[in-house]
Amino acid sequence: MSSFFCKQCLKTMINSFLSVRSNLFSYVPNVTLACKRYIQTIKVGIIGSGPAGFYTAQALLKDSRVLIDIYEKYPVPFGLIRFGVAPDHQSNVINSFTNTALQDRVSFYGNINIGQDVTLNQLLKSYNAVVLCYGATEDRKLNIEGEDLINVLPARRFVGWYNGIPQDSDLNPFLQTEDVVIIGHGNVALDCARILLSPSTDITNHALTALRESKVKRVYLVGRRGPLQVSFTIKELRELTKLPGCDTIVFPEDFKNITAETINELPRPRKRLTELLLSLANEKNLNNNHKRCVLMFCRSPLQIVGDKHGKVSSVNLGVNRLIQQEDGVKTELTDEKEILKCGLFLRSIGYRAVSIDPSIPLNDKTGVISNTNGKVHGFDFGLYCSGWAATGATGVIIGTMNASFEIAEHILKDFGQNEPLLVEKPGATEIIPHLKSKGVKVVTFNDWQRIDELEKNLGSQLGKPREKLVNQKDMIKAVDEEKD
Amino acid sequence: MSCSLVYRVGLSRTVIKSYRNLLRLSDHSSLFSTSTNSSNVDKKDQSKPDIKVTFIKANGQKIVGYGKTNENLLDVVINNHLDIDGFGACEGTLACSTCHLILKKDDFDKLKNKPTDEELDMLDLAFGLTETSRLGCQVYLTKEMDGLEVVVPETINDARTT
Repeated sequence: MSSFFCKQCLKTMINSFLSVRSNLFSYVPNVTLACKRYIQTIKVGIIGSGPAGFYTAQALLKDSRVLIDIYEKYPVPFGLIRFGVAPDHQSNVINSFTNTALQDRVSFYGNINIGQDVTLNQLLKSYNAVVLCYGATEDRKLNIEGEDLINVLPARRFVGWYNGIPQDSDLNPFLQTEDVVIIGHGNVALDCARILLSPSTDITNHALTALRESKVKRVYLVGRRGPLQVSFTIKELRELTKLPGCDTIVFPEDFKNITAETINELPRPRKRLTELLLSLANEKNLNNNHKRCVLMFCRSPLQIVGDKHGKVSSVNLGVNRLIQQEDGVKTELTDEKEILKCGLFLRSIGYRAVSIDPSIPLNDKTGVISNTNGKVHGFDFGLYCSGWAATGATGVIIGTMNASFEIAEHILKDFGQNEPLLVEKPGATEIIPHLKSKGVKVVTFNDWQRIDELEKNLGSQLGKPREKLVNQKDMIKAVDEEKD
Repeated sequence: MSCSLVYRVGLSRTVIKSYRNLLRLSDHSSLFSTSTNSSNVDKKDQSKPDIKVTFIKANGQKIVGYGKTNENLLDVVINNHLDIDGFGACEGTLACSTCHLILKKDDFDKLKNKPTDEELDMLDLAFGLTETSRLGCQVYLTKEMDGLEVVVPETINDARTT
């Protein structure tokens, strides 16, 4: 029988047929003749409860022996779905993630800082495998003069501010200026521009209040390469073009070297994106009363200039020439320079994974955890990474989903190949008491559901789906009050 | 038994899969859909889901679901509890491309509602995009579509070594 079905399938079948787990033992001998050490549960710790964490968990659960504990830094789950995606983009994946979190084989532990409250080593000892899904949160710097001036901010913190990330809630970006420069041609840059020019009402209340009094009229999106190299996706660009009372401007000069044939030969997604950009370049009917979002290509910031108060007042841009090389399009500075006036400067030129433990190898060049198919280099078996921590901050959620599913498959395959090495591990039963003894307030998924309810109530009073709590203390308080 | 079936089907798709493997049936979705649909479908709507749609997965496996007029292909997948990984993540709000399906040219051309710019924008982010790709959540069933066969594209992209 065991040769007819694969071992894994058999276990799954038996588990599913027998609702009472203890009955299992009477069947086990038939199945495990080939495998002397039958392990009943494989405990996996997942660090980070964003899309990578949940999608990896969903795929790992296909092995019915897997029990998953998801650890999250904040008291609230879902990572960038809650904090990164612009609120007017928040999709319904949260429902699917909630269903996963509510499964018996999954536990959520929030408000836990891995690396501080508990070390990676302790986790590796308590789990059969640990998967790092904590994303890429450190923003790349431009490394130019003036980057430390007042009102020069990482775009990611601006996103955190309007999305309610606790540590960014007091950012107070300077909005009493008509001109904002954003460096970078990715979706984060476009999201910032969209919120600056026409704030969606779903953002956190403190941000909405500030943005309603904003004087911002023009946002310049500056990229070092050309229209064919932009990283943003067409959906985000189209939304920008449809903002009420706002014109999106592309200069026809940027298309002078791009022929109709070139565009026609592009793969469909790039082709449609380029056609949309070209149609903006050909748009003649601009409204003088409208706000403006200006897409600037082939410009690199050389220096950020401040006023006597140390606040940013302008940026010096160098004009680039594009050079086609084998490994992509590179830029070379020309002698031409430009000055752009601005009172707020945001940079969004890429993100790096942070290291939560010195033993985790980081690739300095790419800013991700060194790994092969998710297996972290330097660790024989047991430490994996998935999501942006593994691939770099790029792409949209479907990419993260597919990559997470694939990494989970590799992990399950590893379990299969290392079956004899697998021993029963304590998992959270060892970690959580340790955390509590250290005075760490552990937030469970039930606790989160209370916060969730409270946020929805607060939101309905303001006529929106949700008003997020932005302070970690308030979140914890919400949990404690409900319990009393 | 049927009671526990419903419970289990609601619990986990993996479990359904294992039943299927065990029973070695080639087409058993109807077996399950009859017992589970009743809880999901609006009670007032008495018409039966009788439009048959076959989803052909990347590994060649065919799974069958039944839907009604004005339901879309994502509804069919959900209401029939069809096991397709990560399908319909945004629940039909045109915010992802996880319900990407490939139609036969004939079927694609016959569809009355043509893809909007917004649908095409999302499709542009899908893996394995073809000229006859649609988002399942935007394809609405009509009686004429009974027997439709659609391909669920392979979604795995390579997780590169970094």
